[in-house]
Amino acid sequence: MDGTGPEAGSLARTEPQEAVLASRWVAFCRGVRETPLIPPLILSFSFIGFGALTKETGLSLLHTLFMSVFIFALPGQVVLVDEMARGASLLTAALAVTATAVRLLPMTVALLPIIRDRRDPKWLEFAATCFIAVTVWVEAMRRTPHQPRPDRTAYTLGIVALLVISSSMGAVIGFLLAASLPKTFAAALLFLTPMYFLLSMITSSRGKGEILPIVAGLALGPILHLAVPQWDLVLTGIIGGTLSFLVARLLQAKRRA
Amino acid sequence: MISSAGTFLFIFVAGVLATAVWRLLGLFLSSGLSEESAFLEWVKAVSTTLVAGLVARTVIFPPGALADIHLSIRVGAFALGVAVYFLSRRHLGLGILSAVSALILAQYTLG
Repeated sequence: MDGTGPEAGSLARTEPQEAVLASRWVAFCRGVRETPLIPPLILSFSFIGFGALTKETGLSLLHTLFMSVFIFALPGQVVLVDEMARGASLLTAALAVTATAVRLLPMTVALLPIIRDRRDPKWLEFAATCFIAVTVWVEAMRRTPHQPRPDRTAYTLGIVALLVISSSMGAVIGFLLAASLPKTFAAALLFLTPMYFLLSMITSSRGKGEILPIVAGLALGPILHLAVPQWDLVLTGIIGGTLSFLVARLLQAKRRA
Repeated sequence: MISSAGTFLFIFVAGVLATAVWRLLGLFLSSGLSEESAFLEWVKAVSTTLVAGLVARTVIFPPGALADIHLSIRVGAFALGVAVYFLSRRHLGLGILSAVSALILAQYTLG
């Protein structure tokens, strides 16, 4: 009885607390070690762009690190800095940031049932939840199903640790480089982020239905920015997202009919 | 910019809390919702559209040093990056690299 299903596993398990802690630590380290080089590399490069942006805006290195670790969601960070640079009010900035973070809700809802174990303490689940972001989500969704159920949350935190550290390092490098780089290279760093967002969204989209919101956002973003600069992103999301959701539903219904 | 402590508070409320709210709501809802629910599909469409909107806004109305690059170079490099991405069978790294290097090269030769 080596526990193929979750029930069999939990019946057999009565190890002492230290053994549980030790196996979590091992799983955490495996999560770090088994992460391929490419995702942290791309992430740290796109955080270089973020570091360059905070420097340009006049924020400090400590602000930059604080945002990179505790927000740990690049679109929200970029929007926040952009809003601060435009002198937005707290409410406007919070609404714009929160609108970019809505996407974390479905990711969290999708990932947690996969990594959760009944014996996980609440704080462990809470810690993993606080760092769910696109790259973590992609890596965890891909790799944790191959891990034993009790290891998954700790394994995910290993992925989180590696990605938080590499992106913070990227932000610091970008911040320090921005002052000394020729202007064209500073501009190129700022260009990394939108390219990374767009292409990784296309990469994780499945089928035509998931390309629609991307196209809608690209088209509506600049138009609504001219029309309603205060609420452009939120409105782009709600209008374009709802439209593409409805079109995707229509296409699905047609295919079934 | 306001004082440093004030800035931290601003970042904490408008950045950290505004982001964490959705993760924690997700933690709360994850026991009851199915991944296939229509509500989640809508939420996903809204968030994807929003990030795409941010991408287009950054390219067309850029912040900081990027504003010194001419619009045609920004849009051209962007389009080239997307084209290379698809031609290279969705190679993320190649797409990004070609867009960024096209921007730099075009700026030095044409800008």
